[in-house]
Amino acid sequence: MSIATNHNPDGAPYLRIERLTKQFGSFTALKDIGLEIYPGEFVCFLGPSGCGKTTLLRAIAGLDIQTSGRIFQGGKDISALPSSHRDFGIVFQSYALFPNLSVSANVGYGLVSRGLPKVEIETRVNELLHLVGLPDAGRKYPAQLSGGQQQRIALARALALSPGLLLLDEPLSALDARVRSHLRVEIRRLHQRLGVTTIMVTHDQEEALTMADRIVVMNHGVIEQVGTPTEVYRKPASAFVADFVGTTNFLNAVVAGPGHVRLGDINLACELDVHFGPGNDVTLAIRPEDVVVRNIGPATPNTFDARIAEIEFLGSFCRVGLAINGELAGGPPALVADFSINAVRDLAIAEGKVMPVALPPDRLRVFARPPQAP
Amino acid sequence: MSAVTTGSLHEAAPATIRRQLDRDDVLMRVGIALLICWLFFTIALPLWALLSKSFQNQDGQFVGLANFITYFSTPALFQSVWNSLYVAILSTVIVLPLAFAYAYALTRTCMKWKGLFQALALIPILAPSLLPAISLIYLFGNQGFLKELLLGGSIYGAGGIVIAQVFYCLPHALMILVAALSMADARLYEAADALGASKVRIFFTVTLPGAKYGVISAGFVVFTLVITDFGIAKVIGGRFNVLATDIYKQVIGQQNFEMGAVVGIILLLPAILAFAADRIIQRRQVALLSARAVPLEPKPEPRRDWAMFAFCAVVGGLIFGILLVSFWASLITRWPYNLTLTLKNYFFGDFDTNGWEAYWNSVILALWTAVIGTGIVFVGAWLLEKSRGFAWGRGIAQLLAMLPMAVPGLVLGLAYIFFFNAKWNPLGFLYATMAILVINSVTHFYTVSHLTATTALKQLDPEFEAVSASLRVSLLRTMVRVTVPVCLPAVLDISIYLFVNAMTTVSAVIFLYSTDTKLASVTIVNMDESGFTAAAAAMAMTIVFTSAGVKIAHVLLTRRLERTTQAWRRR
Ligand SMILES: Nc1ncnc2c1ncn2[C@@H]1O[C@H](COP(=O)(O)OP(=O)(O)O)[C@@H](O)[C@H]1O
Ligand SMILES: [Mg+2]
Repeated sequence: MSIATNHNPDGAPYLRIERLTKQFGSFTALKDIGLEIYPGEFVCFLGPSGCGKTTLLRAIAGLDIQTSGRIFQGGKDISALPSSHRDFGIVFQSYALFPNLSVSANVGYGLVSRGLPKVEIETRVNELLHLVGLPDAGRKYPAQLSGGQQQRIALARALALSPGLLLLDEPLSALDARVRSHLRVEIRRLHQRLGVTTIMVTHDQEEALTMADRIVVMNHGVIEQVGTPTEVYRKPASAFVADFVGTTNFLNAVVAGPGHVRLGDINLACELDVHFGPGNDVTLAIRPEDVVVRNIGPATPNTFDARIAEIEFLGSFCRVGLAINGELAGGPPALVADFSINAVRDLAIAEGKVMPVALPPDRLRVFARPPQAP
Repeated sequence: MSAVTTGSLHEAAPATIRRQLDRDDVLMRVGIALLICWLFFTIALPLWALLSKSFQNQDGQFVGLANFITYFSTPALFQSVWNSLYVAILSTVIVLPLAFAYAYALTRTCMKWKGLFQALALIPILAPSLLPAISLIYLFGNQGFLKELLLGGSIYGAGGIVIAQVFYCLPHALMILVAALSMADARLYEAADALGASKVRIFFTVTLPGAKYGVISAGFVVFTLVITDFGIAKVIGGRFNVLATDIYKQVIGQQNFEMGAVVGIILLLPAILAFAADRIIQRRQVALLSARAVPLEPKPEPRRDWAMFAFCAVVGGLIFGILLVSFWASLITRWPYNLTLTLKNYFFGDFDTNGWEAYWNSVILALWTAVIGTGIVFVGAWLLEKSRGFAWGRGIAQLLAMLPMAVPGLVLGLAYIFFFNAKWNPLGFLYATMAILVINSVTHFYTVSHLTATTALKQLDPEFEAVSASLRVSLLRTMVRVTVPVCLPAVLDISIYLFVNAMTTVSAVIFLYSTDTKLASVTIVNMDESGFTAAAAAMAMTIVFTSAGVKIAHVLLTRRLERTTQAWRRR
């Protein structure tokens, strides 16, 4: 049974960040960040390189203190505390293992200076090495281990003092693809076993989608969206999120009336925010896999004809370029759709064919255009 | 309650957060404050004392620029400026191509015996600068056995100074150029080759530009070494006056401290200018070598390789020859009348009241300098590199740590006289002790050691300290357990550098020794002045043997260290 996913909005958050701003000289790396993280959650900070993820993580750790704003951990105001007085374990992309110390000494590094008896330290180190699946690595030096093994040791070291908060800064980015996906599962499993509140920084959306209970999508020093992987993927809060997480079609449209937009000559029903008025320029976003081609009947909403302009075979599905509106006779595709091989076969989808497709209203996202510069 | 509390309606800007300090922060800040104090008392205040002295008359009254006006209106004094510039520029112009070709041979050819040639060229570093001058006197002096080669000319003067300087400065330029030429991206050469560029064209369009900054740096180093060196001009300069000898004459000969201070300030100028220019130019250097660079492996080219072999054999041979001449001179009974071999030149007591004591003083000085200097330098560099916040304190310390590089030893020594000998100075008790010699030597060689330590520290993962803090282990403990062991090779390098330099330096200590703390290098100057040239050569050789012994021990120790730690050091 996992305690990880029970983020309970009614319970007290374990970590609360209020109006946090970080400035490097005149450059603002973080702008007025607010965030709450609940006990036992696994949260990913996701965003492109340079958006301020590491800066936020380091502020939480007290390594680079914020310019202003408050941080509460376990109900206690830790805003101004030095790192050594906070309660966290940390793992870096570079592993940062002490090269001249054996694996055991690395893992036990924090235990030794606590003045624990030697036997107790040894037991705890062994326990941690078992936990990360490297029970026999104790006598080796970090340089004698592979990258993935070194990162597990770094993880064991970070967990040695049983911290209340585990911080991971791109822990998998330096590893090759196979090791990475393996370690992803391991970290996730470890988290479920220990239930320690965890924040992981990553620029890899797949990593965030597969590992996180909740994702914090960041861009240019602000939080664009906070939500579960499904929410972030299904209901991106901004064009940026829609673009950064997964693949998305962006289409220019104009608001026709309440709950309706016009895409060229096509009238589409969608969930439209009240603040849009008729004539407003908007951007429609829809994922390729949400474009429907099967079971289209007379009652199916948002149905229109499209011409198959291109087909790209990608194994289990085909990526299809659709020409719509005035381009039915010929012209470039305006819309990309992913159709299963089944559908392609059953409907005899082929280049040049004109056929009806539908854009389900609950799959359409509408954003103001031009997207407000953050 | 929403998960995101967006920044709300324009309230007053929230208060700036100031991080509380933990014990490590406090300790490190105290450490930095102590470092600043140390550097303040050992470099900043002495320089200030020198500066103010140059604006005073003999009674200590402020006289404005009067001393400088006297200096510039006395042609006999002012001539030295031109003389100094002349030998410095000439030596630089000769050393650079020689060192470049030598470095090229060591790094870019498949010449045989590279290790031997490298070792040969580094010999002069182990010797006091006086040694090549003494050898030249034996070869070309009034009774030199190759005197006829000069066709009636004299070795005493600019010519002698330049030849000796070339010998003395070559290794310094060579080390910089070898470093510059070892960094090369093979892909550039392959591209040039593929484009059909000729060898000569490749040299001028790829090799030379790649080493440009190394050449410039080496040029400044040689220029500064020559213009600030005292020993060579003293021994072989004859009546050719340069700034360095002028200071000595003003202070020791005429007891005119104020004029000595003026010359000191003037000597400081070119050194500071060269230093500043070098810093500015180096800052422009972008990393030429990307992480993906492919190291260049020289390919055999028999004609070039043998030509370079011949060149290195001649240059390396000359360097070794000059050393041998001094060694031979130290073993001869009475040049040129009695050439039988003897050890009596090594009975230093017969030539100088201090005898061998001077040698032991030098060893003691070198040991203390190595131990204390390495400690202060490494801990200082660690504090500046690893402490958090306190930017202004670190900035001041960093600036003070760079200052000694720009101050010639002679000027530093003079500044110490003024500072530590001043009536008002409670530190006056240090005057004429071994302690002041140690402090002076540590300061004189501070910057290079500091840069070595900083470079080594920068190569460590910057997150070690973050990890320590998260594990609530004090940074001091991490320094002892991790930083020092990992940096041990650099620590050894620094201590050897300090030892050898303290052993060989003349200029920094010539003003500061007392009868009880007379040093080997100073004895060489004195014995040479008294005409005991053979004994001077013998003393120079004992210094060479000592520093060579230490250097060899260093190499062996480093090798051993590499063996015992190879389990964790990456190849
Ligand atoms: N010490 C620093 N000084 C100045 N700018 C910095 C510093 N650290 C980070 N930045 C800037 O802050 C921004 C965010 O950096 P960072 O948090 O490291 O991004 P990332 O999301 O890739 O982890 C970047 O534009 C970076 O250049
Ligand atoms: Mg980062």
